[in-house]
Amino acid sequence: MAQPRVYMDNHATTPMDPRVLEAMLPHFTQAFGNAASRNHSFGWEAEKAVDDARETVADLIGGKAKEIIWLSGATESDNLAIKGVVEFYRDRGNHVITTTTEHKAVLDTCKALERKKLARVTYLPVDQYGRVSAEQVREAIADDTVLISIMLANNEIGTIQPIAEIGKVAKEKNVFFHCDATQGFAKLPIDVSELGVDLLSASGHKIYGPKGVGILWVRSKGPRVRLTAQMDGGGHERGMRSGTLNVPGIVGMAKAVEIAKVEMPAEAARTQGMRDRLHRLITDELDEVYLNGHPTERLPANLNLSFAYIEGESMLMGLNGSAHADLPAVAVSSGSACTSATLEPSYVLKALGIGDELAHTSIRFGLGRFNTNDEVDYVAERVIAEVKRLRDLSPLYEMAKEGIDLKTYFAGAQH
Amino acid sequence: MATYSEKVIDHYSNPRNVGSFAKDEPNVGTGIVGAPECGDVMKLQLKIRDDGVVEDARFKTFGCGSAIASSSYVTELVKGKTVDEVEKIQNSLIVQELSLPPVKIHCSVLAEDAIKAAVKDWKERHRKDDERAA
Repeated sequence: MAQPRVYMDNHATTPMDPRVLEAMLPHFTQAFGNAASRNHSFGWEAEKAVDDARETVADLIGGKAKEIIWLSGATESDNLAIKGVVEFYRDRGNHVITTTTEHKAVLDTCKALERKKLARVTYLPVDQYGRVSAEQVREAIADDTVLISIMLANNEIGTIQPIAEIGKVAKEKNVFFHCDATQGFAKLPIDVSELGVDLLSASGHKIYGPKGVGILWVRSKGPRVRLTAQMDGGGHERGMRSGTLNVPGIVGMAKAVEIAKVEMPAEAARTQGMRDRLHRLITDELDEVYLNGHPTERLPANLNLSFAYIEGESMLMGLNGSAHADLPAVAVSSGSACTSATLEPSYVLKALGIGDELAHTSIRFGLGRFNTNDEVDYVAERVIAEVKRLRDLSPLYEMAKEGIDLKTYFAGAQH
Repeated sequence: MATYSEKVIDHYSNPRNVGSFAKDEPNVGTGIVGAPECGDVMKLQLKIRDDGVVEDARFKTFGCGSAIASSSYVTELVKGKTVDEVEKIQNSLIVQELSLPPVKIHCSVLAEDAIKAAVKDWKERHRKDDERAA
C-alpha cells in the first residue's frame, strides 16, 4: 500500500474529482465517436457531448458557446491567443504589452515572437505585491499596440491583477486584451464582459478535471477577434484549431466546471479558511516568516511564504519524503514547479523586488478541494519542526541573532 | 528536482558536528564562504592543536541538502588530519563520497573553499599569536 502523504501543491495540478471521472468514462469505450463524424450516431453523440460542454464552460464565464475553442491546455491556449492575434493583425501593428510575472507560457511565447522579429514586447514591472496598474498599461499603449496579455492570478504568489480596470483601458484604446485565467478559472467568479477581456485561457487539470484539455475563449462580437491558426489540418473549431477533439477530456472539463459553478463560493471560503489557519499556525511559532504576494488580493487557496535564513530546497527535502521516510510526506513547492529544476530563485519573487536571499527561502502551499484541517495541522507541525531544525543549522540565523547585518557582511561576497 | 544519494540523505537527516566554537579562541580557525543571494553559505570551524592536527570541527550551513551534507561530511573528514593534509582536500573527494550529481558540484566546491578559508584564518591568528609571543 502506498505511504500516506499530503498533497498541498494544487497550483501545479489537482487530483481529478471522482464525479468528473464518472462523467468521462462512457466516452472512452461506448460513446467513443469522433465529434467530426457527420454520418452516424457515434459521431452525433460525441458532437452533442462537445456542444453541451461548450455551453457549460461558456456559461461559467458569461460567454457564448461558439466562442469556446477546445485545445490541449493553457499553454497551447496562451500560444494561440498571442501568436494568433499578432499574426492576424500584423498590418495593424506588432506591439504587445505583458508583465514580468506572467507564466512562462506567455513570456516564452512573447520571447519567441521577439526572436522572430514578429513582435515588439513591453514587459511591465509589478509592485511589491506583484500587481500591475491600469495606468501602467495605459502609458505603455502605443499606436501599434495590438495586444495586452495579463494573467488573472499568479501561479506562484496568487496575486490577482486588476483585470476589469485594465479591460476598460484596453476597450478605450481599442487594443485586444488576452487574460491567462488558468489559476483563477473556476476558483474566482469570472464574467468576460465585466472584465472587459477579449480572449481568455483556462485549463482542465487545475480545476479537478483531466490533464490534456483546455480552452481559449475568443470574443465573437464587440469586437470580433480573429486569429491565425497555429495548427493546420481538418479545420476543427471553426478553423482556429485543427485536430480531433479530445471528447472524454472535454466532457471531463465541463463536468469540473459544472461542479465548480455550484461549489465555488463554499469551496473558496473553505480553502481560504484552511490557508489562513496554516499561515497563523506557522507564524505563531516562527519568527521572520514573510508573506509573498498581496495580503488580500490573492487566490483564496494560495500561501507563499519566505522562511528567512533557510534555503527552500533543503526545506522541500525535509518535507517531501526524501528524508524522514518514516513520516507521511508533504508535497509543496519552492519557486514554481516549472523552474525548480534550475536552482535559480523564482523570477516572480525577483520581480517583486524581494532580494535573492529571501527568494531562495520561499515555499508555495496550494490548498485545494480535497485537503482537510487535519492535513493543515500536520503540515504546519512539519514545517515548524523543519524550519527550527534548519535554522539551528543555519549560520545566517546565528549571525542575524548576534546582530550582524548580513547585507553588509556579505557585500561583495563571491557567488 | 534531483534525487538524493543515501549518504546525502543521511548527512542531511543526521548532520555531524553542528554548532559553533567561540570565534576568538586562539586555536580555532573560522571560514565563512558563499553568499545568501546564491542560496549557499557555509561556516566551517576547525580546532587545531599546536602540532597542527585538527582535533575537532563544527559547521553550520545555509543551503540545499547537498550543501548541508558536503559540510557535514567535511567535519568528519578533517578530524585527526594535519593542516597540510587538510589543505590538500579536493572537492572531487566530496563529490565521490556523496555521489553528488553535476548540478550539485558547486556544493562540494564551496565545502573545499570553507576548509581553505578556515585554515587561512587559523594561520593568520597563529602568526599574530607567535608575533605577540616573540
